Amino acid sequence: MATIKGSRRRALALHATLVVGVLLSAFPFYWAVIMSTHTSSEIFSYPPKLLPGTHFLDNLRHLLDAIDFYGSMANSLLVAGSVTFLVLFFDSLAAFVFAKFPFPGKRFLFASLMIIFMVPAQLAAIPQFVIMAKLGWIGSMTSLIVPAAANAFGIFWMRQYMKSAIHDELLDASRIDGANFLRQYWHVALPVVRPGLAFLGIFTFMGQWNDYAWPLIALTNPDNVTLQVALSQLNGTHGTTDYGMVMTGALLALIPLLIVFAVGARQIIGDLAKGAIK
Amino acid sequence: MATALEKPTVTVESAPAPPPRKGFRAYWHLYAAISPFYLLFICFGLVPVGFSLYLSFHRWDGLGPMEWAGLSQYQYLLGDSDFWSSIGNTIVIWALATFPMIFLAMVTAVLLNSAVRFKNAYRFAYFLPNVTSVVAIAIIFGSVFSTNFGLVNALLQAVGLDQVAWLNTPWGIKVAVATLMTWQWTGYNAIIFLAGLQTIPGELYEAARMDGAGPVQTFFRITLPMMRPVLLFVLVISTVTGLQSFSEPQVLLQNTSNDSTFSGGPGHAGRTMVLYFFQQTFDNNDFGYGAAVAWGIFLVVVLFSIINWRLVQRRGED
Repeated sequence: MATIKGSRRRALALHATLVVGVLLSAFPFYWAVIMSTHTSSEIFSYPPKLLPGTHFLDNLRHLLDAIDFYGSMANSLLVAGSVTFLVLFFDSLAAFVFAKFPFPGKRFLFASLMIIFMVPAQLAAIPQFVIMAKLGWIGSMTSLIVPAAANAFGIFWMRQYMKSAIHDELLDASRIDGANFLRQYWHVALPVVRPGLAFLGIFTFMGQWNDYAWPLIALTNPDNVTLQVALSQLNGTHGTTDYGMVMTGALLALIPLLIVFAVGARQIIGDLAKGAIK
Repeated sequence: MATALEKPTVTVESAPAPPPRKGFRAYWHLYAAISPFYLLFICFGLVPVGFSLYLSFHRWDGLGPMEWAGLSQYQYLLGDSDFWSSIGNTIVIWALATFPMIFLAMVTAVLLNSAVRFKNAYRFAYFLPNVTSVVAIAIIFGSVFSTNFGLVNALLQAVGLDQVAWLNTPWGIKVAVATLMTWQWTGYNAIIFLAGLQTIPGELYEAARMDGAGPVQTFFRITLPMMRPVLLFVLVISTVTGLQSFSEPQVLLQNTSNDSTFSGGPGHAGRTMVLYFFQQTFDNNDFGYGAAVAWGIFLVVVLFSIINWRLVQRRGED
């Protein structure tokens, strides 16, 4: 009897500690809600506001006047959406080849993939900028989409996935039926690896949506930028005056991502953890 | 594209090609399938990295003619106190963020591992900070650490302590940037640790309990040694990303001085190596020196990765 009581008390203490952690994780979001629903003078008053206020719509109106919020969100959707689509196609196609077909130079090409993985971005940043300036891409979304259209991580990850998920007998059977390489990719490989594609897709979309350093440099026209760059500009110009408005922007910029995460959370959390302990 | 790829494949497969004559042409469709990545990599990876090495031996403002500079950019780099202080800033911020993060993540993972109910809900909540954009979060943290109306200072005031000008003092800046990183990565790493904990066989714990080991002893004798590979993974990833931190200090500190937006706040106390790279390159248009700085950063990151690896290796041999 006593031990049951003791273990129940321990479970309670355990959950109480974990809930404190959850509150700490969630707190900045709540803080953003409070800030985005108050005017700047309310924010400046002491003691600080701990409950949401009533000025969200005012802040939203100011935000929409200050920056092209929907335009920059459309740009972010365009970039993240097209990169995700291209990465899924190119990476899975390359991964299929590395996972299931022998060819001369395969080991060298795959090993070089691993080294490429480790090259830091800033080493390539200046020449990338110069090359894109020559191509006339600087200032447009092309400069973000094209270099990100295929990546070493996705190929490596999908190859691991495909190696075990696609059975060789299935490929042999389809070859006997006269299916060529592309048909095998499309009709045999893709349907089997859909969960893997879902992970890579969500992961890529979130990464692109949040990307900041390169867009900050490459998008030289301040009226045509992605959401992250627009937010940073907003913070730069109004960050010391209209807090409520800036915070409204930050909060709204999080929403599309939270939706994507809520849809794919189980997949992404599980697969990331699995990848790490392999 | 599909039809163009399909036809020759069929002829190749129907041809009875003897092994020696089956050259590269027999595999052309496979090379074609992997080519997009390698083409992109050559254009936007290999050529740029090579070009940046070439650039680091020159003086160039991006517009005029390039001027041969020999090793002078690197000589200047070695004596550049701003670069050395940016290395110091980066390491201090990295350490302030990483060690509390690994400790908290480990504690969280151990707790999560013993909590049977609501595990998925907890994992979701703890992972959330990691999927949010650094820009939005840095803006929000800027207001949490604001000197005038920030929540941290309001709390200090409430318990009767002196307020701190967080984003205006060398240590305040570093603590604020590190807190942001710790907040964003603790849950992520806790979930990775949790996955590692779940691979430890239960019999080990059973045996330890039979031998009369307490929970603390069990943790240090079984859990920690079994977790070494996962710890190494987390440490390496945190080092490589932490030493290249850019967005967190850039957004958090962009309003705190009238200097460049890459200045890292008052006294450049939050100017990390990558911020310094951006400042030299894109504010000063000093492409030659910027390239040398980028190679300097690369060396620091490689050096740290080797140290990391060595430390964990050696402990493993004992």
